[in-house]
Amino acid sequence: MSDIAMAPEALPQPIPLRELLPWLLLATLLALIAIYFVGAEQGATSLISGTWVHEFVHDGRHMLGFPCH
Amino acid sequence: MARTFLVRGLVCGLIAGILVFLVARIYGEPNVDGAIGFEEQLAHLASGAHEHEEEIVSRDVQASWGLFVGVMVYATALGGLFSLLYAYAWGRMGRLGARMSAALLAAAAFVAVYVVPFAKYPANPPSVGNPDTIGFRTALYFGMIVISIVAMVAAVNLSRALLRRWGAWNAAIAGGAAFLVLVAIACYLMPTINEVPDGFPATLLWQFRTVAFALQLVLWTSLGLSFGWLTERSMAAHPAPGSPALSAARR
Repeated sequence: MSDIAMAPEALPQPIPLRELLPWLLLATLLALIAIYFVGAEQGATSLISGTWVHEFVHDGRHMLGFPCH
Repeated sequence: MARTFLVRGLVCGLIAGILVFLVARIYGEPNVDGAIGFEEQLAHLASGAHEHEEEIVSRDVQASWGLFVGVMVYATALGGLFSLLYAYAWGRMGRLGARMSAALLAAAAFVAVYVVPFAKYPANPPSVGNPDTIGFRTALYFGMIVISIVAMVAAVNLSRALLRRWGAWNAAIAGGAAFLVLVAIACYLMPTINEVPDGFPATLLWQFRTVAFALQLVLWTSLGLSFGWLTERSMAAHPAPGSPALSAARR
């Protein structure tokens, strides 16, 4: 209902790409690294030796849908 | 603005992560334990002796802190990514409103990032999957995610291009159909993996995969709805300059 009431309101202005890009780059990079460690480290590829990371996130990796072993 | 969105996305990711952890812990863990039980049974039959693999991380830790940390890192990272997608779409989605655009973006992201890759390469419990092919399977899975996201972006662009001539309903159907055709072709061309060992209980596999799907549904639903709610709330508190005092009057 409130959406209808809002109709005459000014529409939000898009954020210019120039302003968005640094955030996008940094956050995407960090997020992908984080997802990599949960999803693939010490499985398909290994940056750190051993299997501790794999074993620690083991259950999450399975249940979140990543190939685990 | 981008900063506000990013912080909000991380917070919503944390909220979603907690919900996902609870569902995973309550509904998912019994299936993981069941699959590990099957694995041990096979090992006993093969060796005939009662021996246990040495545990680097105990099952208790895997099923509690390990699961929690894994889920929270994953959900927070996706919350951050989602917020930047939203920041890009902000002001570019017409008159949909903050909550509706958050819900639509989350639904589209859920389909592209999880549903389609899951349809081709579903989640597997322990003991399903040959360790020798882990590299290949991981590459296929991530490849499928990339293909599916590219198809979604193409479909959304198509919809937007048709919007003016065809109207929102028909343009959305055309975009959806284009997406389905693209991912159907990809699913047909990508190699199929079936490494379920003989004798693995079918019900267990089904339950594991249903819960895995439900986890992602919980994640994307709570992410989209909480993000939309918080954005709507902050818009009502700080109306855009030049807008009538309508939003203030609503409260």
